[in-house]
Amino acid sequence: MSRKIPKQEYEKTLSFRLSRWLNGENDTFVGKVEMQPQKEPHEDDSIVMNRKKERKQRMERIYDLANNWEVSGFEKLYKIFSAFFCLFIVAMLLIAVSYLPSYGHAENPVNNEVAERYIESGLQETGAVNIVTGMILDYRAFDTLGESHVLFIATCTVLILLRKDKKKDEKGNDIEVSDRIYEPKNDVILQTAARVLVPPIIIFGIYVILGGHLGPGGGFSGGAVIGAGLILYLNAFGFRKTERFFTGKTYKVLSVCALGCYCLAKSYSFYTGANHIESMIPLGRPGAILSSGLILILNICVGIVVAGTMYTFYVMFRKGDY
Amino acid sequence: MQVFVNLLLGFLILCAVAASLSKNLLNTVLIFMSYSLVMSIIWILLESPDLAITEAAVGAGVTSVLFFVTLKKIHAILKTEAKAESEKGEEADEQKDPETGI
Repeated sequence: MSRKIPKQEYEKTLSFRLSRWLNGENDTFVGKVEMQPQKEPHEDDSIVMNRKKERKQRMERIYDLANNWEVSGFEKLYKIFSAFFCLFIVAMLLIAVSYLPSYGHAENPVNNEVAERYIESGLQETGAVNIVTGMILDYRAFDTLGESHVLFIATCTVLILLRKDKKKDEKGNDIEVSDRIYEPKNDVILQTAARVLVPPIIIFGIYVILGGHLGPGGGFSGGAVIGAGLILYLNAFGFRKTERFFTGKTYKVLSVCALGCYCLAKSYSFYTGANHIESMIPLGRPGAILSSGLILILNICVGIVVAGTMYTFYVMFRKGDY
Repeated sequence: MQVFVNLLLGFLILCAVAASLSKNLLNTVLIFMSYSLVMSIIWILLESPDLAITEAAVGAGVTSVLFFVTLKKIHAILKTEAKAESEKGEEADEQKDPETGI
């Protein structure tokens, strides 16, 4: 209060009521609604006994399986119908498969002008030696953007569903102790194997991501490999070591940055493509690592999102919070 | 080569049926893992190494690990040990009962 006004006058003002309501001091029900404990419904003992007896008799009659022909008949019918249902589904699927075109035939509907266009002019238009990557990240980059967002949304859902309540854990014991209670801590064999294996796995993942436009691979597979390597490292050395460099905050920042970068890069190419403007980004010499325009950047973005997602899935399943 | 492919396809069907019929959940996950590995070999034979890498990393690696963690969370892996412990406890109870009876 900057000006001094008497307390009784202040209590009439709107700000006083607002502050009381904000602080929760004002219970709107007290003095206005009549509150009293409910009376227990009273029943005679004989009625209660009768009801219990009837219920017991009914249960005995139902669970007398030897004589209850309804239950046994239902079980038989259930088995017959379930077998019937399975056979029906198998038959439907087999019939549907028999109508598919034969594998590898030249006149299949797969071999149309779209595939021809991709194969013939994919290298000139995208600059990627690997046609699959050229298709995924150039012709159909919008689909891949949607897939990355689906992964991110799935992780957010897992974060919401598996998150542990922090208030409950404060009184109890440490989370890590309770989670790893049946496991040997600091297992020498696992740790030695992880020390040998984790660097090659992660380097292989980076190679798969960076070489996505030159050979088999790409953002999704490389990211999954890196995520698997991180999971192995976490299993061997525990949460305390991984949380030094990778926490939930790191994951959120990394994936939002990667998705934003993807959006910006693709918006640029959509804008130039829709307005028939020549793209500023050079395609480079096919076969060099710095070639094929935006594909390398998009691969790195997708790889970061996928690696973080795989690792976060595992951590959320293990611990529920990080 | 055709024989090899047919063998792999047969193994695939075998794995799929075995995974659904196996009583032990841990065995089911292991069979599922081998299914993914065979599938990735088939992808290579179908000349799509991109998919093979992804199948091996996601199907055999990350998914199985997530299954293992889930099984551990619902105490399905340690079932045999828990059963043994409970049986021990029952034996102890049986031993105790006559003592209390006496």
